[in-house]
Order: sequence, then C-alpha cells, then structure tokens
Amino acid sequence: MAIYSTNEFKAGLKVMLDNDPCAIIENEFVKPGKGQAFNRVKIRNLKTGRVMERTFKSGESLEGADVVDVEMQYLYSDGQFRHFMVPDNFEQYQCDEKIVGDAGKWLKDQDSCTVTLWNDAPLAISPANFVELAIVETDPGVRGDTSGGGGKPATLETGAVVRVPLFVQQGEVIKVDTRTGEYVSRVKE
Amino acid sequence: MLADIRRFFTERAVLEVETPLLSHGIGTDPQLEFFTTEYCLSPTRHTLFLQTSPEFAMKRLLAAGSGSIYQIGKAFRNGESGRFHNPEFTMLEWYRVGFTLPQLMDEIAELITGLFSGRSLQETQRVSYQQVFGSFTGLDPLVFSYRDYCTFAEDSGLSEAVAMCGHDHALWLDFIFSHKVQPHLGGNALCMVYGYPACQSSLARINEHNASVTDRVELFINGIELGNGYDELVDAKEQNKRFDKELAIRQQQNSPVSVKDKRLISALESGLPECSGVAIGLDRLLMLLSGSASIDDVLSFPIRRA
Repeated sequence: MAIYSTNEFKAGLKVMLDNDPCAIIENEFVKPGKGQAFNRVKIRNLKTGRVMERTFKSGESLEGADVVDVEMQYLYSDGQFRHFMVPDNFEQYQCDEKIVGDAGKWLKDQDSCTVTLWNDAPLAISPANFVELAIVETDPGVRGDTSGGGGKPATLETGAVVRVPLFVQQGEVIKVDTRTGEYVSRVKE
Repeated sequence: MLADIRRFFTERAVLEVETPLLSHGIGTDPQLEFFTTEYCLSPTRHTLFLQTSPEFAMKRLLAAGSGSIYQIGKAFRNGESGRFHNPEFTMLEWYRVGFTLPQLMDEIAELITGLFSGRSLQETQRVSYQQVFGSFTGLDPLVFSYRDYCTFAEDSGLSEAVAMCGHDHALWLDFIFSHKVQPHLGGNALCMVYGYPACQSSLARINEHNASVTDRVELFINGIELGNGYDELVDAKEQNKRFDKELAIRQQQNSPVSVKDKRLISALESGLPECSGVAIGLDRLLMLLSGSASIDDVLSFPIRRA
C-alpha cells in the first residue's frame, strides 16, 4: 500500500493509524517562523466513527489504508448476517449486525447502499441519503388533519420509526432522509 | 498598506533599500528549507539560493555604515504551504541602529496600531515568554522537566507529543507553544512576547542579565504569528559558532546542504553597529487587516495557481 506524507494529507484520504483505518477530515500546517513545522490533523476512525485530532511532525508519513466505497445491492438478512451484492459482477459480501449498526433500519431488500470495504471486508454500511419505505403501522388520521401542527410516529417496513404528518396514512409509501431520520414527502405509487 | 508603511519610515528618516533575492550563501537554520537555482555563466555553473529573508544582506549594509534601513521584498521558504503559509511571500524587515529591543517594540506597536487605525484594535500587550507560557500551561519553559512536560501533554489530549519530542527541550517548546499558547495570544490586539528561551535564540543576542533568555520578540494578533525581532547578535565569532552548530544539525537531519554566508561573518568581523531589527510577514498582516481566513485570499496567485 502507498505511503502518504503529511503534505499529501487531504480531506477524504484513507490512512492507517494505530492499526485502524481512518479518514482524514482536515489538515492544518502549523509552523512557527523559527521552529519545527507540524501538521495538526483531524481524522475519523472508520471502525468506531470517532473523530480525533492528532499532530504530526511535517514530513512524517502514514501507510495508506485499502478502503473503498462500493455501491451494492442489499439482498437479505439471515438473522445473523446481512448479505450484499455488487450488481456489476454479482460478488457477494456478508456483514454482521454490529457493523451494519444503525444503517440496518433503512435497508430494504433490493435497495442499493454504499458498503465501505477495508481489505475487502465490510467496514461500514451507509444507506442512500433518501429511501422510500412503506408505513406498516401508524394511528389513523382524522378528518380535518392538515400538514400543519404536530405529527405522529409511524413504523416503516424495515422497522424504523419516524415522525410523519397527521394526514399520512398506513400503507402509504414515504420518502425519508436517512441522515436526519426525518420524513420528507409522500411518494405516489 | 504598503503606502502607509513607506510613509511611516519616510517620516522617521529610515532609508528604503533593496538587496538581492539570489545569493551565494543562505541561512543555516535547521527549520528553514530554501530554494536553490543554477546560475550558468558559460562555461561555469554556480548554485545560488533564493533568500529565506533579507537579513544577511541588510546586515552587510549596516556593517558598511548604512544607518537605519528598511526593506519590503519577497522571501522564499521551501515546503511551506498552508492556511498561513505560501512558499513565496512578502516581508517587511527593518533595522534601527542604536535601538534596544524595548525601543524597537515601541516602534513596532506604533506602526501596527497606525495601520489598524479606524479598526478597534485593543491596547498592545507585552508579556514575557516565561509568563505567558506559565499562565496557559503551568509549566516553566526555561527549565526542562521531562516528567512535567509529559504529564501536561497527557492531560491536554496531546499524548503523541511524548514520543515525538522525547528529551528535546526546544521541540517540546515549539509543540506546546504552537498548540496551547499561541492560539490565545493577541485577541484583537497586538501581543508582543519577549524573552525567548536561549535554546530558541537563532540570531538574537543572549540577555546580559539573564543568560537563560534571549533578546528576541515575537508578534501575534488573533493567535497569528506576524513577525520576529531581535537585539541583533554582533559577535562574529559567536555567529560563526552558531552557524557551524546549525550546519551540524542539518547534516544529522539529512537536510539539503546549506552554504554558510561567509560574507556575513566578515561583515560582522568588520563591525556591525549595535542595532535591533524585526521582520513582519505582510501577507498575514493584510489577512488581518482585511479579515481574510486564508493567505490565499490576499495573494494574487497562490502557489498552486502561480
């Protein structure tokens, strides 16, 4: 794997730090006029998602991490593992629930999502920014409900619970922003 | 800004000078990387250096009896690029013959507050390195205590410093100062930090009353380092010794070979008048005057697009 010097650190670069794959978020060059040059780097641990700051002497280097984002189709869950497939070559990956984490509640069979692979093993799953899911359970609406005011919880086919406006009915398909977990609109079938 | 600066010095009868950007010698500072270029005068070829600051040439003028002088010009530092750095930048450097460092600090404050007039710059602060370092860290910068420094780093979420700095006192000071002290200096005010530890002396003279500090001053506004001044070292032998020491460090680090400026040494031998001098990065000053977040905003074409 390639070696990257602090000068090459830029947002999005994936490197190995303390044996974990990490992504660079920000890199600031700090140098006193008469003194050692440093790079103050903001970095995200891709395994834990934690963001930390770390300082390097300028010119130090880190090994690159073999991390790639691959668009995949979610196939099914066998109870223990979730299964994904690369649509281009039908290659399949399995991924345990711990790694899927919160993304799991947005995954519907056949939907596509982004799987982050580290050394060809799934590291993290990110659902599409917007997903369309059917409501399996919500309180029935009453006459006079409009878009204004309040809202009610609705359980979706994947198990996720989101707040929806009062006029939205059970059985309808809605569009949800997975980054905020918020209702966006109804979807006409 | 440039016109205001020139007026300031004209009023004080300080002579504007121009010195070569290309020269046969170069600074030996182990922390500064330089650009080299080739001078072809067929059939011979010489390596010339682009100046990291006009200091040496200006000191040669001073030794030749120029009196107080100033210069606005380009300086070059290889490998320095970031939000506050561009490898080619503009520097204001001036020397006052017969001035002590406190006198020069008065003049610096006058110039800076004059340039900021109309903007609400708070009163200028003067503080010693030891005071300011102590107040933000509780550590004594003049006395190296490995254990205290390590504890401080661990407690401040900078544990990587322990492995990086080891027992190198100067490196520890650079690390802690730039992370934990500098960002707090000069909140909307000019802050002048003086009395740098002797291990960070560079071309300043050692204080005559306290050998553990040097007569060096650094300028900060809003946590940005603006400039650096000295009561200048006039002792040729001491200067030669420091050059040799720095050359040895460069060799250890495998840094590009630098050629010490023998002409500066002989100028010092012939006699540099007692003087104080300071250099200010004008691009950063312009950033502050215009409220820009990055040096790129005040350059016509930053290095990536130059």
